Amino acid sequence: MTHLPLDFAHLLAGSLVLLSFLMIYQDRLSALLDVFAAHAVALSASVAWQAHLQQAPHLYLTALIALLFKALIIPMALSRIVQRLRIHREVETVVGTAPTMLAGIGLAALSILLMMRLTAGADPLAREDLAFALTVVLLGLLMMVTRRNAVSQVVGFMSLENGLILAAAGAKGMPLVVEISVAFSILIAFIVIGVFLFRIRERFDTVDVGALDEVRGERG
Amino acid sequence: MLEAATLLAGALIALGPIALLFGGRAQTALYALTALLAAGLAGLALAALATAATARLTLPIGLPWLGAHLRLDPLSAFFALLLGLGGCAASLSAIGYFRHSPEPRRTLPFLPAFLGAMLAVILADDAFSFLMSWEIMSLLSWALVLADHRAEAARRAGFVYLTMAAFGTLALLLAFGLLAGPQGAYTFDAIRATPRGPLSVALVLALMLLGAGSKAGLAPLHVWLPMAHPAAPSPVSALMSGVMTKVALYAFLRVVFDLLGPTPWWTAAALIPLGAGTAVLGILLATVETDIKRLLACSTIENIGVIFAALGLALAFRADAMPAAAALALSAALFHAFNHMAMKSLLFLGAGATVGATGTRALDRLGGLIHRMPVTAALMLVGALAIAALPPLNGFASEWLVFQAVLLSPALPQASLQLLVPAAGGLLALAAALAAAAFVRLYGVAFLGRPRSPEAAAAREADRPTLVAMSLLAALCIAAGLLPGLFLDTLAPVARQLLQARLPAQAAQPWLTLTPVAAARSTYNGLLFALFIALSAGLAAVAVHRLASRALRRAPAWDCGFPQDLPNSQYGAGSFAQPLRRVLGTTLLSARETVAMPPPGDLSPARHTVQASDPAWAALYAPLAGAVEAASRKANRFQFLTIRRYLSLVFALLVLLLLGLALWS
Repeated sequence: MTHLPLDFAHLLAGSLVLLSFLMIYQDRLSALLDVFAAHAVALSASVAWQAHLQQAPHLYLTALIALLFKALIIPMALSRIVQRLRIHREVETVVGTAPTMLAGIGLAALSILLMMRLTAGADPLAREDLAFALTVVLLGLLMMVTRRNAVSQVVGFMSLENGLILAAAGAKGMPLVVEISVAFSILIAFIVIGVFLFRIRERFDTVDVGALDEVRGERG
Repeated sequence: MLEAATLLAGALIALGPIALLFGGRAQTALYALTALLAAGLAGLALAALATAATARLTLPIGLPWLGAHLRLDPLSAFFALLLGLGGCAASLSAIGYFRHSPEPRRTLPFLPAFLGAMLAVILADDAFSFLMSWEIMSLLSWALVLADHRAEAARRAGFVYLTMAAFGTLALLLAFGLLAGPQGAYTFDAIRATPRGPLSVALVLALMLLGAGSKAGLAPLHVWLPMAHPAAPSPVSALMSGVMTKVALYAFLRVVFDLLGPTPWWTAAALIPLGAGTAVLGILLATVETDIKRLLACSTIENIGVIFAALGLALAFRADAMPAAAALALSAALFHAFNHMAMKSLLFLGAGATVGATGTRALDRLGGLIHRMPVTAALMLVGALAIAALPPLNGFASEWLVFQAVLLSPALPQASLQLLVPAAGGLLALAAALAAAAFVRLYGVAFLGRPRSPEAAAAREADRPTLVAMSLLAALCIAAGLLPGLFLDTLAPVARQLLQARLPAQAAQPWLTLTPVAAARSTYNGLLFALFIALSAGLAAVAVHRLASRALRRAPAWDCGFPQDLPNSQYGAGSFAQPLRRVLGTTLLSARETVAMPPPGDLSPARHTVQASDPAWAALYAPLAGAVEAASRKANRFQFLTIRRYLSLVFALLVLLLLGLALWS
């Protein structure tokens, strides 16, 4: 019975990693946004469970913020953008799905190997949480690198940030101010990128960032 | 005493901003104040040398956990003495030199601060304050090189100098990093206490040769020196050549003889050929140089080579437990450093006076200045005789001591050193002979003969402050030549500090004779030489005047086959250098002569062009510059990647670092 809280925390964090893999697998934008919303829900649940375990009420607030912004507002706003831009069917990976998935598995193995070694003396709960969080961060980066569409790069960036919040929640004593400021800056980044998306679209009739490079006179 | 020296350094550095406040006015007063402070420093250093005490001081500036450690021991006192004397003469001369300068603010704030920074280098007793002061010294001297920033040559010299200075500081930084070790022992006391292996000793020595050697002008890192030293205004050239190269020497001495601990004998085998080669290369460059200030800068390279060769000998003797011989070699090096400060400052100030009077640095536009500038000519003669190592002047005394150390080399146990040192001695002798040729050429072409240009014919005597400064330095040269024993006794505490040994006390020798090893072996008496020269010259003059016929005859002068007596038909700088250029320069400097003879009927003049280049440029710097350019061309591609590719690069690097971490830990 004593292992149950720990196992549940691992289940939630592990589901976050699984959803990251799912995101990499999606090549349609609307499906990607759905998975992203699920990712944020899993994050929120994971943070709430950490709040319960650590008896840290401010983490509930973090979970609530994640749920509100990341699971509801941002995905909804993004899917509205996608609808308005009429790009919900676009397929836009640079590298094929299978190699990307393989690379993702490699990254997960790397981060687990690394974290298990580096944090040998640390609290086991924080340890594995950190490994999962690093995996999520790396997968988010991988997504940003392998996608061409600006919307999916935004999604990759947001999922990367989810990984950061997961790591922060696992570490005891992270002040609320930090989390709020991180969440707020992500929101600002989202707004800025959203505005840019429309500007890019107005100019080039596409949100393929390759078009930007063509304007600079190079091949994408 | 250290407190007073620190105050002097602070005052000199503070004079820079104060000069800015005056905005270029009150130049005379500020330079005079600088000269006064430098003279005070010289007096202070002399007193510190006499007491041979070691004083320490920690100031609460710099790194918070370290502070600025300062220390005044015989070694730093000796170099502070050099700095004080050279700085005093240069500042005195600056009063006159910059009196009519159109932009006084380009030199006025930098000169005293430059002196202060050099003093800070000498006083520093921890790696951080040492490197900080070193870098400030480099930057201030760079600003002074660029004083005439409108000249293309000065801008180029400034760029090359800045590159070399940055490279040198990097090497010093790495050297001190190695010395400090993993514990980060940055105070010199802690560095002294750290034991080290042979690999670390070799690396530190190599880095010091790169770092201090590039500032001093050791081949092949000397190329900036003939560009940057002449580009600066002449008092600054005197400071850079006369004093700053000695500060670099101080850095080398401090690290290799003091901080590094015992060094194996092969360090000497590395240093001696380097020094001897530098000496020959430098003076060979000087013999073909036609620019008066560049010639002096090339001769600085030669003297630095001589000093480094002597230091190498000292290292060899020290490693083989021959303290008396080591003390002789070290004293010879230090004495030569002192003498070079005096004579090179004197020559640069004199060159500045001739350039100021004629407006040209080309030897081929000078000539006959002895009639127009008699005092400058007389003082320059003293400097030229001294640097050509002719008795009874100081250059002879110190080079004689170097050769005495060379002659002790058969007692060394290593066969390779027994072979190497006499060969290096031969090179040093060659360099000394070439130096005599170079300075006969300089003096003969610039001061004797007839003026080769209207500017030279209309030259006027130098300003009074410069003449006073030159007289002081000339007096120093003569005094050190006539009474070398006195000077050697003064610097005995330095040898005692570094080697726990000293030369026999020269004051105890009869008749002011210089006896470096033992009276049975070799002695030198400057006074006796001077007396003999004066006597024989006087007798010859009397004989000529008395015994020659007094009958006056008028006859056409022998015209060497030139019926027209054009000034240009005299022996010039190029013609004087031709034999040496052909014999040695063809291979060493890849000197080429081309004659363009117009076809019959063509009225254009025939042309004779001479090309000679420093071999270091072709062998080292041109390939290096090419490699840097090729690498930057390749790296240029990274300037134009897409955002996604930049992200991929960052991502790949992150994964690589994580992988490294996973494999290493």
